[in-house]
Amino acid sequence: MAKITYRHPRGTVTVVDVPAPNTVMRGAKLNDIDGIEAQCGGSAQCGTCHVYVDEDCGVVLPEMHEVEDDVLYGTASPRRANSRLSCQLPVSDALDGLVVDLPQAQS
Amino acid sequence: MGRPTVVVVGAGQAGAEAAVALRAQGYGGRVVLVGEESETPYQRPPLSKELLAAGGERVDCALYPASHYPDRDIELLSGERAEGIDREGRTLLLASGRELPYDALVLATGARPRALTVPGAGLAGVHTLRTLSDARDLRSRLYGARDLVVVGGGFIGLEVASAARTLGLDVAVVEVRDRLMGRSVSEPVSRHLAELHRRNGVRVLLAREVTAVHGEERRVREVELDGGERIAADVVVAGIGAVPNTEIAARAGLAVDDGILVDARLRTSDPAVLAIGDCARFPSRHGLGRHAPVRLESVQNAADQARAAATTVCDPEGGADYDAVPWFWTHQYGVRLQIAGLTAGHDRTVTVGDPAGGRFSVFCFRGERLLGVESVGRPADHAITRRLLAGSRHSLTPESVAAPGFDLKQQQLQSQPA
Ligand SMILES: Cc1cc2nc3c(=O)[nH]c(=O)nc-3n(C[C@H](O)[C@H](O)[C@H](O)COP(=O)(O)OP(=O)(O)OC[C@H]3O[C@@H](n4cnc5c(N)ncnc54)[C@H](O)[C@@H]3O)c2cc1C
Repeated sequence: MAKITYRHPRGTVTVVDVPAPNTVMRGAKLNDIDGIEAQCGGSAQCGTCHVYVDEDCGVVLPEMHEVEDDVLYGTASPRRANSRLSCQLPVSDALDGLVVDLPQAQS
Repeated sequence: MGRPTVVVVGAGQAGAEAAVALRAQGYGGRVVLVGEESETPYQRPPLSKELLAAGGERVDCALYPASHYPDRDIELLSGERAEGIDREGRTLLLASGRELPYDALVLATGARPRALTVPGAGLAGVHTLRTLSDARDLRSRLYGARDLVVVGGGFIGLEVASAARTLGLDVAVVEVRDRLMGRSVSEPVSRHLAELHRRNGVRVLLAREVTAVHGEERRVREVELDGGERIAADVVVAGIGAVPNTEIAARAGLAVDDGILVDARLRTSDPAVLAIGDCARFPSRHGLGRHAPVRLESVQNAADQARAAATTVCDPEGGADYDAVPWFWTHQYGVRLQIAGLTAGHDRTVTVGDPAGGRFSVFCFRGERLLGVESVGRPADHAITRRLLAGSRHSLTPESVAAPGFDLKQQQLQSQPA
């Protein structure tokens, strides 16, 4: 279980408890947080579950593998140093307190 | 009069997403989702991939948890088949006898596998794959089987072949054309797939036809090919294409032509009735002809059209024409093939990358126009070209792509520093 904060570009902030086994993407889908599309269902294909991770929240994320890195080249909103695909972030206790910003557009 | 109502027929990928999108877009009326299958709506891609491979029992394909629908005041009627549409009375008729009045009706009836029609095709052990229950049947048949023959070298057949190899079966793929996935991909990608399957121990038989299936005690034992050759089979999977479920639309007098015909807002010839997903044929600027009607079978198409249909219902006058870039993926032996755009009808290809090393993209052009890009193990090319095809202008020509040093990822890095 992890408490995750999703911040929408329009200012809405949603804080939800997401149980394992889920991903940060799935946590958003299950809670109807718009701004995450995840068209491919979470197989790192489509780049429509892009998030910006708040680096001040203190959560250490798993390293990015090459496929995720490549998919991030095609995101609709600009890629930044803190860009991740939320489908590649499995929820565990270690993610408790994670804060992500949703981009302006996913597709 | 009761509450305004949208009824969605078919609780697959497109239908379920349409119901959810209606609520997400603020629709306040009744939303009823009618589906013939008994399961909570699920995704089909895992059925021919993770679900068949070792450990597949544990794969959860549900699109959303079951509580998602009641939580959003979506009335999910599972195990209910729609039989007819009374367009005059704006009422959907169910096989159970129930009648559902609607203000808008969304047809998301999908497609069904084309059946193998050769002699013996009715024997036990001959399968097609569309539904979760098909996948479970096939999986239990594959466990403990020795020889699988796949009829048809399209994406479903090839994914099944790949999964069956991980289970240790001997596999043959019989394709009537002279190359694999001939309807969907360019020649270089077909060649690569054939090598990939052969390298993984699959017998790939091209330009060969299955003429009969033979069995003992009503169970399949052998598959006969043109010329009389017989190959051993205790399981046969036919992956020879899909037929759109258009009967209900045709019976109601809606225009149908290998798909329910819709306009750019996904409305059928009756504006109160929409059609989306595998069952719909819609005008696309991404196809060969300018806005020629196409019918696509992909998750992208189902999901994007679901949202677009919800917009047409919520905002019939506003809203934009449906224009999403088609894209598709398949996984075989851990190799990912991704297709951006509609590449059929290309007359020129330019290959970029390292085909021998299994990482390359084929840029498909018709004259100077980029139709689409097929990427093997090059997700960055796929991601970037999808964006480029979505815009109206880009500078990719056969010459620019063939120029030495062409690399989309590098270009992107330079134009968009992190
Ligand atoms: C094995 C397999 C693997 C696939 N893999 C991929 C992949 O990797 N990538 C990809 O992009 N696409 C893939 N696809 C294609 C993708 O799954 C389909 O394009 C998508 O499911 C289409 O959604 P749909 O809602 O239009 O149709 P469906 O998902 O088929 O849903 C239609 C539903 O309508 C129901 N129905 C039909 N008629 C009636 C009626 N009269 N009354 C009530 N209910 C009715 C059907 O029972 C069905 O449940 C795959 C498909 C299959 C079968």
